[in-house]
Amino acid sequence: MAELINFVTVSIILIGIGVYGLIVKHNAIRMIFAIEIIANAANLNLIAFSRYLGDIQGQIFALFAIAIAAAEVAVGLAIIIIAYRLYKEIDVTEYKHLRG
Amino acid sequence: MVDVVFLGLSVLTVGSALFALESREIIYGAISLAISLLGIAGFFILLDSPFVAMFQITVYVGAVAVLVIFIVMLVRTQSLFTTNEDRGRRIAGLIFSLLMMIGIGVVLFSSEFSRVEFSPLMENIVDKIGNEMLTYYSIPFILLGLTLAGSIIGALSLARREDIDSQSKISSGSQYENTYLDKQTKEQV
Repeated sequence: MAELINFVTVSIILIGIGVYGLIVKHNAIRMIFAIEIIANAANLNLIAFSRYLGDIQGQIFALFAIAIAAAEVAVGLAIIIIAYRLYKEIDVTEYKHLRG
Repeated sequence: MVDVVFLGLSVLTVGSALFALESREIIYGAISLAISLLGIAGFFILLDSPFVAMFQITVYVGAVAVLVIFIVMLVRTQSLFTTNEDRGRRIAGLIFSLLMMIGIGVVLFSSEFSRVEFSPLMENIVDKIGNEMLTYYSIPFILLGLTLAGSIIGALSLARREDIDSQSKISSGSQYENTYLDKQTKEQV
């Protein structure tokens, strides 16, 4: 049987990949990908600890987290569509009007 | 047996997550992200929570991945193919993420987690989830529905084109524009 530490290790690796993508990428859609990867790593952690503790609450929390992440993706992609319409570009370094 | 499945799933998930970020064309990256999310659903099945796995497949692979692919097809710009990221930033990102992984990993492996065993299998998971959702979590459940509805209405109104009305009013010479205007006025009446 695969143990808890293995699942947590996979989750750590996925979070590292997501943080790398958030730092390095300039493409707005790829940044959304990175956010998705981080959210899924967190869900994997929740489910693994729920299974280990024998408690149902982790699964319910993961269900809520998945639904909220779906809402967040919908709004984020709509924002990307507007920014593309305004700038004809999805590189986040080109969005200069948002700078303070 | 479980170890082989676990290894395969982890290679699939991590590899396709990397490919989603590093692929040359972003459409392949979107498909690869969908495969990575499927791998996460496989982990959920390995962890004896099939309901959450099915929810994950429905929401992420069914809805989110299709939405992302639609957006990638709508946004056809040259910057989808050219990657202009400076070298220093890439090295900094690599070092930072590696440091984070090693830091958390060292803390976890030196703790008691590496000797922990799974507790016995839960029964009637779907029953319990349904009971909790309708009793203790009923108010967060309603709030979640409102949040989803609000975010979808917000996304629709954000992505709506406001310049279509003014365009069709200015250039109403062609046949198409006239019929469009007629339809609009009929709808308004």
